[in-house]
Amino acid sequence: MAGFKIRKVFADDLGANNPVFAQVLGICSTLAVTNVLKNTVVMCVGLIFVTALSNMTVSLLRQYMPSRIRMMVETLIIASYVIIVDIVLKAFLPDVSRQLGPYVGLIITNCIIMGRAEAFALSNPPGLSFLDGIASGIGYSYVLIAIAIVREIMGSGSIWGYPLLGDWWTNWSIMVMAPGAFFMLAIFIWIVKGIRDKEEGESS
Amino acid sequence: MSEGIAFYAIFFAAIFTNNILLTNYLGMCSFLAVSREVSTSEGLGGAVIFVMTATSVLNWLAYHYILVPFDLVYLRYIVFIVIIAAFVQLVEMVIERISDKLYASLGIFLPLITVNCAILGVSLFMVIRNYTFFNSVFYGLGSGIGWTVAIIAMAGIRQKMARSRVPKGLTGAGITLIIAGIMALAFMGFSGMIKIT
Repeated sequence: MAGFKIRKVFADDLGANNPVFAQVLGICSTLAVTNVLKNTVVMCVGLIFVTALSNMTVSLLRQYMPSRIRMMVETLIIASYVIIVDIVLKAFLPDVSRQLGPYVGLIITNCIIMGRAEAFALSNPPGLSFLDGIASGIGYSYVLIAIAIVREIMGSGSIWGYPLLGDWWTNWSIMVMAPGAFFMLAIFIWIVKGIRDKEEGESS
Repeated sequence: MSEGIAFYAIFFAAIFTNNILLTNYLGMCSFLAVSREVSTSEGLGGAVIFVMTATSVLNWLAYHYILVPFDLVYLRYIVFIVIIAAFVQLVEMVIERISDKLYASLGIFLPLITVNCAILGVSLFMVIRNYTFFNSVFYGLGSGIGWTVAIIAMAGIRQKMARSRVPKGLTGAGITLIIAGIMALAFMGFSGMIKIT
C-alpha cells in the first residue's frame, strides 16, 4: 500500500500533474535564472530542499495550526528554510549567490511550495509529504533545466560555462535576455500539450 | 547609497526599461491567471500599485531602522513577508469597513497579492541596490505602474485573441507566454533610454 502511494505521488508530480505544464505555477522566480545552467541547477536544488522540508514541517504541524492563520504559518515555515538556503549559498558558493541576488529570497513566494503545502501536506502524513515535496520539486526542476540548457547553448554557445559550439557560432543574444525565456517556455508547453492531446485522441 | 540616481530616472526605468514583469519575471502567476479581462486586470493592477508603494515604504523603514542597527539583516525575508502579509490584511479590513463598493471591486484581489512575487521582489531589489528612502518610494510606485501597464496590455490582447484561432496545443498558457515574449521584445526597445542597476 505504502509503496503504491509513493509511486503514485512521483508519477503524478513528474508527469500528469507536473506543476509547470498542468498549472503553469511557480515559474516566477526561477525562470529569471535560466539563462545559465549552473545557476539554474543551484536554484533548483535549493527549491527542492525548501519544498520537501516545508512540506514535511507543515504536515507535522497540521493538527496544531488554527485554520485562520494557516497561510501565515506556512509562509513563515517556508521563509525559515529559504533563509537556511541563502546562508548556505553565501558561505559555499559566494559567486553564484551574488548572481542569483534577490531570486533566492523569492523562493518564498514561489506558488508551488505554498500550493503543495495547501493541497498535499495538510491532509497527508509527514513522510509522504516529504516525498511529495521532493517529487514536485524534481518535476519542476527538469523543465527549467531543459530550458536552461537550450538557452545557454543558443545564447552563449557554451554549457556549464565551457565553450561548446566554438567560433563559428553566432550567439543569439535574445536567448539570454528576457524574451528568450518566455518563448522557450511557451514552446516546451506546446510540445508537451501537443503530445498529450495526441495520446488522449488515440486512447479515446 | 546611490545618491547619484534621480528619483524620476528610477521611476521611469521601473516602468519601461526594467519592467518588473517583463525583464525580471516577477508576478507571473497572477499575471497568467488574471489577465483574461481588462476590467479585472485594472482592479488587480490598482491594488498592486497601492500595496507595492506602501510596502516598499514600510520595508525600507523596517530594514534601515530595525534590521540594520540590531544586526539582524539575515532575517529580512521573514520580516518583509510578515510586513507585506500584515499590511494586506489590514488594508482588507479597513476597506471592508469604509466602503462596500471599493471592497467589492478590490477586496477579492487583496489575498492574491500576498503571494505575488513582485511585491516581495521590489522590497528585495530596493535593499540590494541600496536605494535612499525617496528613491525606494518611487521605485515601488514605478514598478507597480509598470506591472499594471503590462497586465492591462496583455488582457486587451487576450480579449481580442478570443476570436482568433490558436493552434490547439498553444491555447491557454502557451499563447499567453508567447505574447508576453513579444511584449518583452517591445519593451526592450526602451532599453538604453535610462539605465539603473
